[in-house]
Amino acid sequence: MATKAARIGEEVWKSRVDKINAEVVTLTYGTIVAQLCRDLTVPNTINKTDYNAVNKELDRMGYNMGLRLIEDFLAKTGTGQCSNFRETAEMISKVGFKVFINITPNVSNWSKDSDSFHLVFEENPLADFVELPDDGRAQDELWYSNILCGVIRGAMEMVQMQIEARFVSDVLRGDDTTEMRVTLIRIIEDEMPPDDE
Amino acid sequence: MSYYFAIVGTRDNPLFEIDFGTSKGGADGVARFRDEAKHMNQFIVHAAIDMVEEVQWHNKELYLKKVDSYQNNHIHCLLTGGNIKFMLLMNPDPTSTPYSTYQTSPPSRPSTARQSTLLASNPTAPQTEDAVRQFMLEVYEAWLKCIMNPFYQVNQAVTSPIFRSRVATAAKKYL
Repeated sequence: MATKAARIGEEVWKSRVDKINAEVVTLTYGTIVAQLCRDLTVPNTINKTDYNAVNKELDRMGYNMGLRLIEDFLAKTGTGQCSNFRETAEMISKVGFKVFINITPNVSNWSKDSDSFHLVFEENPLADFVELPDDGRAQDELWYSNILCGVIRGAMEMVQMQIEARFVSDVLRGDDTTEMRVTLIRIIEDEMPPDDE
Repeated sequence: MSYYFAIVGTRDNPLFEIDFGTSKGGADGVARFRDEAKHMNQFIVHAAIDMVEEVQWHNKELYLKKVDSYQNNHIHCLLTGGNIKFMLLMNPDPTSTPYSTYQTSPPSRPSTARQSTLLASNPTAPQTEDAVRQFMLEVYEAWLKCIMNPFYQVNQAVTSPIFRSRVATAAKKYL
């Protein structure tokens, strides 16, 4: 199953995806984060960045991207529904990330009841050449690649799964690996609007 | 033999400074400048910026070789595409450099045979220029990685310890 996902990802990446220079993406994303850090400041101060607000904003941006990206993904890969959460994880890591940014994070650390896993990123093209500002707080508060969490959250919501994604470690902060924890909250069933008869 | 390396921004503001000594021939790599050198080095490098601006229009290379000397100090420069100047000041015998303008004794000749083989004693020799050029190019590569950082703004001081250690390593290797 894992190799089938890898094969689909590789094949779609080679044939059906338009490519762009990686450094353009890196520099553009870097500028977005740097600009957010300059704009979102702690209330009533001028230069003190509110890193929690930056994280939330990146997540929100990623969410909006993910809502639209899932359609593109399904159109390009033509895959059907996944039968369980483990299959979903493989699809995200081997096909989704491969098709859009040409990396394949590893899936690990499954929880006991198979409803949460870790994505381990060996390389993160969004964070090339980045050093977090040394104002004493960025190292502890900013998750630089938080847009990826939002993307996964948005994409999953469009396929009826409510998940929570957040980073647990980041090489930019000095940890050994960059890892994201993805947890399934619930499967969304279709619901009638509240005041329908 | 001591070196003072500075990176000067587009507004003639210093972005990075480091002093070190030679590591060749068993020397310990520590700068031996006199006390006045602390501010005099900055003045001398600042004055050399004028020479750089004169020479830059006639030379299409990034590395401008030796641009200026003052008493025993020689200044080499590499000019980047973004008008950032890497200035290296080298002094073969820092303890005997008289900074006062009135010179009471003739400029010192290298007193030992060892000193005369130092790079700075012969500032325009091809080996010297080559060594300094290689040092500058390595610093240039480290500099490029530094400015690709999205949080670094143009003309901001460089405080990254990684950059500092890269420059120090390049210095040990080439100078």
